Amino acid sequence: MTPKTSADICGMGHSMKRKEDPRFLQGKGNYIDDIVLPGMLWLDIVRSPIAYGKIKGIDSSKALEVPGVLAVLTGKDLEAYNLHWMPTLMSDTQMVLPTDTVMYQAQEVAAVIATSRYAAADGVAAVEVDYEPMKPVIDPFKALEEDAPVLRSDKDGQTDNRIWHWEAGDKAATDKVFEEADVVVRERMHVPRIHVASIETCGCVADFNPVEGHLTVYMTTQAPHAIRTVLALVAGHVGLSEEKIRVVSPDIGGGFGGKVPVYPGYVVAIAASVVLGKPVKWIEDRMENLQADSFARDYHMAAELAADADGKIRGLRIKTLADHGYSDAQAAPSKFPAGLFSICTGSYDMEQAYAEVDAVYTNKPPGGVAYRCSFRVTEAVHCMERVVDTLAHRIGKDPAELREENFIPKEAFPYQSPLGWEYDSGDYQAAMDKAKEMIGYDDLRREQAEKRARSELMGIGVCSFTEVLGAGPSKDFDILGIKMFDSAEVRVHPTGKAIARFGTKSQGQGHETTYAQIIAEELGLPAAHVQVEEGDTDTAPYGLGTYASRSTPTAGAAGAMAARQIRDKASKIAAHLMEVSEEDLEWEPGKFSVKGAPDRSVTIQDCAFAAYTNLPEGMEPGLEATNYYDPPNLTFPFGTYICVVDIDRGTGEVTVRRFVAVDDCGNIINPMIVQGQIHGGLTQGIGPALFEEIPYDEDGNNLAGSFMDYLVPTSMETPAWETGHTITPSPHHPLGAKGVGESATVGAPPAIANAVVDALAHLGVTHLDIPITPDKVWDILNEKGVAE
Amino acid sequence: MKRVSMTVNGVRHEADVESRTLLVHFIREQLELTGTNVGCDTSSCGACTILMNGQSVKSCTVLAVQADGAAVTTVEGLASNGDWHPVQKAFHENHGLQCGFCTPGMMMAAVGYLDENPAPTEEEVRLALEGNLCRCTGYHNIVKAVLAAADDMGS
Repeated sequence: MTPKTSADICGMGHSMKRKEDPRFLQGKGNYIDDIVLPGMLWLDIVRSPIAYGKIKGIDSSKALEVPGVLAVLTGKDLEAYNLHWMPTLMSDTQMVLPTDTVMYQAQEVAAVIATSRYAAADGVAAVEVDYEPMKPVIDPFKALEEDAPVLRSDKDGQTDNRIWHWEAGDKAATDKVFEEADVVVRERMHVPRIHVASIETCGCVADFNPVEGHLTVYMTTQAPHAIRTVLALVAGHVGLSEEKIRVVSPDIGGGFGGKVPVYPGYVVAIAASVVLGKPVKWIEDRMENLQADSFARDYHMAAELAADADGKIRGLRIKTLADHGYSDAQAAPSKFPAGLFSICTGSYDMEQAYAEVDAVYTNKPPGGVAYRCSFRVTEAVHCMERVVDTLAHRIGKDPAELREENFIPKEAFPYQSPLGWEYDSGDYQAAMDKAKEMIGYDDLRREQAEKRARSELMGIGVCSFTEVLGAGPSKDFDILGIKMFDSAEVRVHPTGKAIARFGTKSQGQGHETTYAQIIAEELGLPAAHVQVEEGDTDTAPYGLGTYASRSTPTAGAAGAMAARQIRDKASKIAAHLMEVSEEDLEWEPGKFSVKGAPDRSVTIQDCAFAAYTNLPEGMEPGLEATNYYDPPNLTFPFGTYICVVDIDRGTGEVTVRRFVAVDDCGNIINPMIVQGQIHGGLTQGIGPALFEEIPYDEDGNNLAGSFMDYLVPTSMETPAWETGHTITPSPHHPLGAKGVGESATVGAPPAIANAVVDALAHLGVTHLDIPITPDKVWDILNEKGVAE
Repeated sequence: MKRVSMTVNGVRHEADVESRTLLVHFIREQLELTGTNVGCDTSSCGACTILMNGQSVKSCTVLAVQADGAAVTTVEGLASNGDWHPVQKAFHENHGLQCGFCTPGMMMAAVGYLDENPAPTEEEVRLALEGNLCRCTGYHNIVKAVLAAADDMGS
C-alpha cells in the first residue's frame, strides 16, 4: 500500500518508529510498581493452600506482632461493609475475601497491610488459618454427575454445577445434513487452561482521600472506564460514587486479556486504603499470578464434520464443555457467554452448522479470560482447523487443496455464515496462494515424501483462519449493559499541534504511534505533532478498553471520525481565510487549495491558528471534536499460516523449522507495528501448541505455578518468523482497517498441531491435544514402534 | 542492618539495608531507579538483569550486601551525555520492544553479551538471550536489534 501522506506527515502506511520507545528504552516507563505515593503502605495476601474447604478460624495475632504490620483484613472485616462479595463482568458473583469457605487453591483469604514490602510478606507468613479440607471437584465432566456436590450453593436456585447453556445454529437441519453425508469425521479435543503470563503481573495503588472522599486507583487495567463504573457499582453503598473515583492505567507491561477482569486483590487494596486512610500498594508476585488469576481457554470440544465423498464440506457440529472454575468471571459481551465461538465455521462455505457450549463450575480459580483472542475465537478456530485436517487425511486429499475447495469465494462477500455472522470482506485464496508460494509448498511435500521413505518425521501444517473482531455494534454488544462503542477526543492547538485522547488503553500495541498516524492521515498534521493519551478516566473519553483486537476497529475509527469533523470545520475556516466558497476548495493532506489556482492555499496549521484568532462570523471558537464510534458490523481478518516441523524420534521433541504467516487485516496503519504484532502473536501461539498448560492434580493443586513449570517460549524455541500480507479492506471501517493483534495467537496453534499430526498421519495418528509435549509424542512413537 | 556501598551508573551510594534485601529492591526502592523491573520469583524471566562489575546478572537473585563494593550499571546508565547506547538505538530502529517491561533487562543482557562476543551469529544471540523472556515481540526483532547493534559497535 502506497502511503497517501509524505514521510513528514507520516499517516497510514508508514513504518513510523514508535513514539513510546524513548521512555521504555531509558528505564523511564511508569509501570504500576514504579508508582510511589507519600505515606504509602504495602499489602500482601494470605492465600489458600487447598482447593476446597471450610475456614475454621483465622488467627492474626502473631502477624500483628510483626514489626511494621499495621492491620490484617479478613472476609469478616469486609462483611461489615458488605464488601466481601463482588459481581463479575458476566453478572456472576465472586468472593473478595471468604468468610467461611475457600473454593480454589491460591484463593485470597486475608490481607496484611504493613509499612514495607518485606514486612507485609513477613505478616503473611505469620497469619494462621485453620482449614477443614473437603474433596474438590476438578474434572468438569465429574462436576456434571448427579452425585457431584453443588459448589455454588451460595447462589439462590443453584441445584447443580451448570452455569449456562448456549447454542447457535439449526440443530435439526444440521442433523439432517449429517444423516445424508457421504463422510463424517469426528475428533474430541481439549484446548486446555493456559495463562497469559504477561511479564508484568497485576497490581494497583489505591489512594483514598478521607477528607474529600475521593479515591484514585492506579491499576493494571486494560479497561479503566469500565472498571471505574464497576467500582462505583460495588462500592457505591459506602459512598464511592462514580464522580469520586478516578482510575488511572499507567504503562502496562503486557495485558493479553488478563488485565480486564477485576481481581480480589484490587478490591482488598481499595478497602484497605479506605479503612486506613493511606495509599496502599498491592503487587502480585509471579507465583500468585500463575496460580490465582489471568487464566484462559479450557474448552473440551467434540467436533464433527460432514462432507461429500470428494471433500466438499456440508456441515459442522460441535458440543463443548467449558470449565470456568469457581466463577464465571470472564469478560465476554453479556449476550455472548460463549464469546464469539460461533465463528467456528471459519473460512469455509457450508450448508448448516450447530454449536453448543455448556459451562460448569469446578474448584479451580476463575478462568476464561479472552487471552489475546476475541472471546473464544481461538478455541473455535482450533477446533475447525483441526477437524478439517482430519477430513483431509480421511479422504486422502492434500489439506491445502481441501481448504481451497471449500473456501468462501471472494465474490460471496458480504457473506452470511450459517451461524449468523455477516463477514465483511475476504479473499482467502489470495492469502493461501501467497503462503504456499512463500514457503514453497510443493517442494516441501516432495521433501516430506523423501524423508518419510527414510523414516524421518517431518510435517507440514496449514491453517486458514477467519477471525471476528471489533466488538462491537451496540445492538448486540455490551458488558454489564454498557454498550461496546469506543471513543476519541481530538483537540488542535492554535499552533497546529494536537492532543488526542481515547477510551482504550495500550499495553504494548503502540497506540501512541498508530493513533497519531490516524490523525495525521485525516488532518495532514505530522504524527510527530499529535500527542496521544489514554488510561486516565478523569481526562480520556469513556470507552470500553483494549482487548479482543478492538482498538483499531472501534477507537481507531472514532479517531478518524473526530479528525474528519475537525477537517470539516477547518474547511469552513479555510474558505473564510481565502475568501472563497467552501465548494471551491480542494483538500490534500495538510492543505486546502483553491480549485484551479493551486498556488492559493492555506495549511491545516493556518486553519488551526485562525480557529482561535480569526474566525468566520458566528463560528464557535476552537478546533476540536469528540466521537463515540458505534461500529456498524464486526471486522473479519483472515490469513493462511503454513509451518514445517521436524520430530526427533529419540526424544519426541517437535522443532518448528519454518513458519510462514500471511495475514490480511485490511488497510495497514503502521506496517512495522503490524508485523511486530504478528511476531508476538505467533510466539504466543507456539507456546500453547507445544509447551504451555496449567494442569491440576485431583486435589486441585496447580502443577505449573511458577516459570519453572509454566514454560513460555524463549528465543531458542522460537523460529525466525516469515511474514507476508494481502490487503482486503473492510468496507465499513472508516479507514478500511480490521485489527490484527490476535490473528497470530489464533492461527498458529492449529497450524503447528496440524503439522505434527501430518508428520505422524501415516502411522494412523489423527489428533493430538495441545500442548504437544515431547513426552506425548514419544509415547506415540513408542506405541507405533518408531521411537529411536 | 548492614552498611553497603556501591557505584551505580557511576554514582557512589552508601546505605543501610536489611541483609535479606534483594539488589533489585535496593536499586528500585532505595535508589529510586525504577527502570529495572521484576517479572518473576524464580530467576526465570530476566526482566531484572543488570550489569555487576561488567557481568550481566539477575538482580532479583543477588542480595544487596553481595553487591557491596561493586560497580553496577542499570538501564538508566546505558546512555551517556544524552546519546543512546547502540543497543538502545538498535531496539528503537528494529522495533525490538512493545510493552517495554522486559526491555531494560533484555538490553542489559545484550550489552553484557556483546562485550563478551562482539560479532555473534543469530544462533549465538538467541542462546545468549535464552534467560530473558519476552511475551510481546516473539524475539524476532530483538535478535535483529542485537545483531544490528553488534554491527554498529563493530564499525
